[in-house]
Amino acid sequence: MPATEETIEQVNKLGKEKYKYGFVSDIESETFPIGLDEDVVRRISAKKQEPEWMLEHRLKAFKLWKEMEEPEWLKPIYEKVNYQDLAYYSSPVQKEKPKSLDEVDPKLLEVYEKLGIPLREQEILAGVEGAKPIAIDAVFDSVSVGTTYKETLKEAGVIFCPISEAIKDYPDLVKKYFSSVVPISDNFFSALNSAVFTDGSFVYIPEGVDCPMELSTYFRINAENTGQFERTLIIADKGSYVSYLEGCTAPQRDENQLHAAVVELVALEDAEIKYSTVQNWYSGDEEGKGGVYNFVTKRGDCRGNNSKISWTQVETGSAVTWKYPSCILRGDNSTGEFYSVAITNNHQQADTGTKMIHIGKNTNSRIVSKGISAGFSDQTYRGLVKIQKSASGARNHTQCDSLLIGNECGAHTVPYIENKSTSSVLEHEATTSKIADEQMFYCTTRGMDEEEAVGLLVNGFCKEVMQELPMEFAVEAQKLIGISLEGSVG
Amino acid sequence: MDLLNIENLHARVDNPDGQEILKGLNLTIKKGEIHAIMGPNGTGKSTLTKILAGSDEYEITQGSVNYNGEDLLEKEAHERANEGIFLAFQYPVEIPGIATSTFLRHALNAKLRHNEKEEIDNLEFIKLLRQKAKTLKISDEMLKRPVNVGFSGGEKKRMETLQMSILDPHLGLLDETDSGLDIDALRTVAEGVNYIHSKEKGFLIITHYQRLLDYIKPDFVHIMVGGKIIKTGDYKLAIELEEKGYQAYGV
Repeated sequence: MPATEETIEQVNKLGKEKYKYGFVSDIESETFPIGLDEDVVRRISAKKQEPEWMLEHRLKAFKLWKEMEEPEWLKPIYEKVNYQDLAYYSSPVQKEKPKSLDEVDPKLLEVYEKLGIPLREQEILAGVEGAKPIAIDAVFDSVSVGTTYKETLKEAGVIFCPISEAIKDYPDLVKKYFSSVVPISDNFFSALNSAVFTDGSFVYIPEGVDCPMELSTYFRINAENTGQFERTLIIADKGSYVSYLEGCTAPQRDENQLHAAVVELVALEDAEIKYSTVQNWYSGDEEGKGGVYNFVTKRGDCRGNNSKISWTQVETGSAVTWKYPSCILRGDNSTGEFYSVAITNNHQQADTGTKMIHIGKNTNSRIVSKGISAGFSDQTYRGLVKIQKSASGARNHTQCDSLLIGNECGAHTVPYIENKSTSSVLEHEATTSKIADEQMFYCTTRGMDEEEAVGLLVNGFCKEVMQELPMEFAVEAQKLIGISLEGSVG
Repeated sequence: MDLLNIENLHARVDNPDGQEILKGLNLTIKKGEIHAIMGPNGTGKSTLTKILAGSDEYEITQGSVNYNGEDLLEKEAHERANEGIFLAFQYPVEIPGIATSTFLRHALNAKLRHNEKEEIDNLEFIKLLRQKAKTLKISDEMLKRPVNVGFSGGEKKRMETLQMSILDPHLGLLDETDSGLDIDALRTVAEGVNYIHSKEKGFLIITHYQRLLDYIKPDFVHIMVGGKIIKTGDYKLAIELEEKGYQAYGV
């Protein structure tokens, strides 16, 4: 069976059950005791065998973080995290690094199989005629354990590896770009991440290279009570192109798990980065107990002229989300895009949106945000479009649609617009609607039950965003929409 | 054998001051029969079709409906559809963002699943859809457009007929499918119905005009006034109505 078929089938299986990623895999892990102090930061750095400059960087971040206050301006109300009550390092114990997937702990591969996207399949994919292979840098808890397609990518000159490796192997690149988009002091969570990040992905696409495959990382939070501090850095050099996919699921837990990742993208002259996310972390049970806190800082810097960065996200998970993938449009004629579908059900709370900072001339940004609230959930779109004086001829178009399912949920739109240029054009459209009874009735008279009907109607509502997703993700994402709205009707 | 058997059906709009719309309606449709219901506006014709399809806008206060020997009122709308009831809407509903072909594939697969059959393969489905669309003069391009969005009145009605022919129901309910159609479209839709019809199937056609019945020959014509059927005849009754209007029936 072709691998893509298998993927679809696997994903179909997912659709038939409720959140089935709620399992804890039984892999021996070495975890630091709970608590955070300078010593822990030093120990993480030592574990990673980092050079001195990175330790310095971490210590500087830790010092800053201690002075900072957790932000209070969010709409979501949640029980604050006790940062001294978390363990900051957890790694599956391995004697030596595996040379290929065959050497990876089979239990680990099993976990991915349960997720419906087995790593092995990616190898099969490569053999399929016409199918574009996907490279996966698998992150299991905090350490990357299996990295595929390194060789193929190497031929193209593409670097795709765990960031812990990049720190050792490509120090010049890392030194130049790390924390250059999201400074340590940017916010409370980015400072924390900079101090205690354990691993993540590093991508460098050399000048003029069109990355031969979609790059993909499946994140997974595993060990109990372990904060996840992923760190991703993607650099697209002049005239290059890369599409990066990030997908996430987490095992079911009662205690809230913190996730505070930092993702930095840098696009140089004429380069383009497309970053797609499907996020399905555990969102808590129907009463709102448990679930992941997702406090993420994602930012792209269109540093060169004519560069482009697109964020596409489908967010269905997490108990509390705080996330604003943003673009700094520094280069002249650069473009930033944000396509988002956020679905909240039960007691989920999301405060999400984007920031488009126009600095260069004739910069262009487009925002399409589709928010779906069901159950008792609450959702806020928070967006900033800032046109600086230097950004003559800048354009922005924002479209912000909310869909409500039921009578107990909420949707809020908070767009900020700051315009200092007289030659710019800004457009903002916003709608709020409910699924019409006539639409539901029409679907049910065609044989679909209420859940299937809602899934279909919501997919229709999100279409503009869904079509921006790479094919491999689209099927999965469509299914996820259905799964995440289960129990929202009837 | 009786396909549908309605006895003394009373129904009202399901809200605190909802008025009674059906007031003791009786109707039996046997397999192979085509029934037409005519009557003035606001007499409950559309309501009857919606109730049969499973709308929750109405409350049944009295009476019973049997379909294939089972209590129809116990079943949910989607179960009724999957067991062979199809309602062609008077005003088909728009569903933005979902291609007509995708929508229909979902519908057909829901029916197959319900009847414990394998879902249809995508390519096979496209083949089936194109073939049926061709008979109804529906272009491939239209199948890609979102369900009913931006369709003309005539296109919507032809699309309803296409859906019906794909889902191949045992009981087709046509709620004023002919209104808003020009004569060519009317003929196409009627041909579609005749194409689906067989001795195993029944149709209930709501119409204001006798002209549809020139193309679809009904076995029975009923006149509905004030929430019940007050006269039943054959095709000639429709012609009589066209000539004399409803005044003769106290309207």
